[in-house]
Parts: sequence; C-alpha cells; structure tokens
Amino acid sequence: MHELSIAEAMLEQALAALRAAGGGRVVRLRVRVGELSGVDPDALAFAVPVAARGTEAEGAQLEVVRCPARVECEVCGATTAVEWPDVRCGHCGADRVRIVDGRQLRLESLDVETPAAALDGG
Amino acid sequence: MCETCGCGQSGSAGPTSQDPSHDHGHSHDGYEPHVHDHALSHSHDDGTTHSHGAGVVNSHSQDRAARRIEVGADVLAANAELAARNRAWLNERGVVAFNLVSSPGSGKTLLLERTLDRLRGRVRCAVITGDVRTDRDARRLEGRGAPVRQIETLSACHLNADQIARCLSEVVDEGVRLLFIENVGNLVCPAAFDLGEHMKVVLLSVTEGEDKPLKYPAVFVGAGLAVITKLDLAAAVGWDRAAALQAIRSVHPGLFTFELSARTGEGMDAWIEYLVKAAV
Repeated sequence: MHELSIAEAMLEQALAALRAAGGGRVVRLRVRVGELSGVDPDALAFAVPVAARGTEAEGAQLEVVRCPARVECEVCGATTAVEWPDVRCGHCGADRVRIVDGRQLRLESLDVETPAAALDGG
Repeated sequence: MCETCGCGQSGSAGPTSQDPSHDHGHSHDGYEPHVHDHALSHSHDDGTTHSHGAGVVNSHSQDRAARRIEVGADVLAANAELAARNRAWLNERGVVAFNLVSSPGSGKTLLLERTLDRLRGRVRCAVITGDVRTDRDARRLEGRGAPVRQIETLSACHLNADQIARCLSEVVDEGVRLLFIENVGNLVCPAAFDLGEHMKVVLLSVTEGEDKPLKYPAVFVGAGLAVITKLDLAAAVGWDRAAALQAIRSVHPGLFTFELSARTGEGMDAWIEYLVKAAV
C-alpha cells in the first residue's frame, strides 16, 4: 500500500501548479493511472483525501482515468489492448510485442475555484 | 438549482441533503438540461469513474468560478529523475545493477548468500537490502566478500530511488562490478518504483503456486529475468513446472527463466555463469 506516498507526491505537484497559477481552491484532480503502473486506483482514491487534508485541495474530487495496457506487435504492427492474462497481439496473436501504454501515472489537470468572496469583489 | 443538493450554484455550501444519492433533470443556469445523480461513486460515458467525498462542493466544469489548470506531470517524476541519476552513476563506473523483487519469503536473501559465496574472488559484488525492520538480512549477507548496506524502510512497502542514491557511493566501492538491490518483499509496490537498476529480476518460489504471474502481472511484465526458487521443494508441494512457465510467458512472452535451488545448488551454475557474463 504505497498509494499514500504517491498521493502525497501528487498533491505536492498539484499545489505547486496551483500556486504557480495564482492560487485558489482545488475542487477536482484528474489523473491517469495505467494498468501496469503498480498503483491501485481504489487505494489512491482512499489516500488522496488523507494527503489533501489541511491543504487547498482538501475535499477535492479525484477523477481517475484508467489506462489499459496496450501492446504494439513486432510482426503485424498493430497496436491492441492486452486481454489479460495473455500479453500478445490482439490482431494476429503473435507474442513478439512491446508494451506501449499502461505504465503511466500522470496528474493531468486541476479544476480550481477562486473563493466566492474574491469573485464578489470582497 | 436543485432543491435537494444545491448544485449549480457557484460558491454554494455544497449538498444540503444527507443523502447524496438522488437523480434529477434540470437546467443549470442556462446550460443544457441534463440528468445526473450524486451517488458517492459513479462512472461517466468516457469510462472515467470518480468519487465525491461526502460534503464536497459538486463543482462541475460549468461552474463559473472554476478554471482548469493543465499539469500533465508524471507523478513519480522526482523518483524517475533520481533513478536516472543512479543509473548514470553506475554506468560511469561500469557497474551492472539488479533489483530483486518477490513476495516475502521467496528466497531472495538465501539466493544472494549463495551467489556472493560463489562469485567471491571472481566478480566483486555489492548489496543493498531493504526491509521494513531489522538488519537481519544485512547480517546474513556480510562476511561474503561484498560490501552490504541495509535500508530499513520502517513502514514503506518498497525501496525508492532516493534511498538508493543516499547509500550508493558508500556501498559501491572501486572494483565493484555487480550491485544487487534486494527490494522489500512485495509483489505489487516495487513494480512502480525505478531505482536506477539495469534490470528487475523477479523471484517466484515453488511454494507460492504456479499462478502468481497471472495474479500479479505488473511485476512480471516489468522484469527482465525470472528466477524460480526452492526447486528442492518442488515434489513436496506438487509443483507444476509447465503451468508455471506458461503463466510467466503468458504475461511476459520470452521472459528468460532460471530454475534453481539455492539450498541444494541445483541450477545455480547457469545463474552464476549468467552473472559472470553480465559483469564483463
């Protein structure tokens, strides 16, 4: 269960991006989690609110885009999604394939709100 | 505005209902009418799923106060950068590094003990070993001609590149050609962390069962080599060799697999010769 340390790293990046963009309150974090990233999205969803506590991202929604593993075939050149447990070409069935997708763990974007008081000119 | 949850109101205090799960169809401040529900966890048409923490402001992208900041950053970028630095440091010195990963108790330390004994005088090795607690592994590995360093992770389930960077120069001295990093026993988390090794070696003991690669594919997909250990116990546990090899090759076609018993020495010659060649 290393998702807490990953959540902390993610929050650190998010808050740095937030400050660079002028601050506010993070209401949504959008992340891409690859099937081969070694990260469990459910565990991450549990860890992020804990890591966000007391920060400008407290209470933010976590939107996880799950990215399936994909392979490129060295024989026919097709790129297909892996049908577990068989890592082979979904087009021609060859097992000479290269993993081309599914390892990512990326913080894509933040949705940020400026406090209502600031909007109202307060 | 929805009377039940108050969604659509910029700066609203969030759901007022104690029951966040309800459906409604209405217009949000001039936007197209739409139907959605506020179940705590739900999916969207694009395949994404997410959860709303209880009491969270339901800020959809239509909210006037909301803006999007594009980040597009690898969450483990800091670890990846340190790992790349470790690898460059090792490359400059001609050191080949193996990151040994497996479940706890699959025989990483015994394999290393026997490996160090057999390489002594032939190839100078160094070891970094990680455990949650104790220096028992380091003590087992000391006195075999190789510098050894123990990392106690205290609670962490894996080693990271920073821990390796901190002790690399202490443990890898002049003349070291092979560095073995014995990761924390865990078939999940170490898959996510590059340490700067040249290759991950995954161990699978016959007592764990033939289907481990199917259950924990990421670590087998990421490995450059597999080692089946405790071959001396194969008969006692009814080890199905063909099924195990098929499982490994199903998730990682062509993955080279050593089969050995560190205790009896069966199969060790091929492993040792491989390492001697790797060190040149």
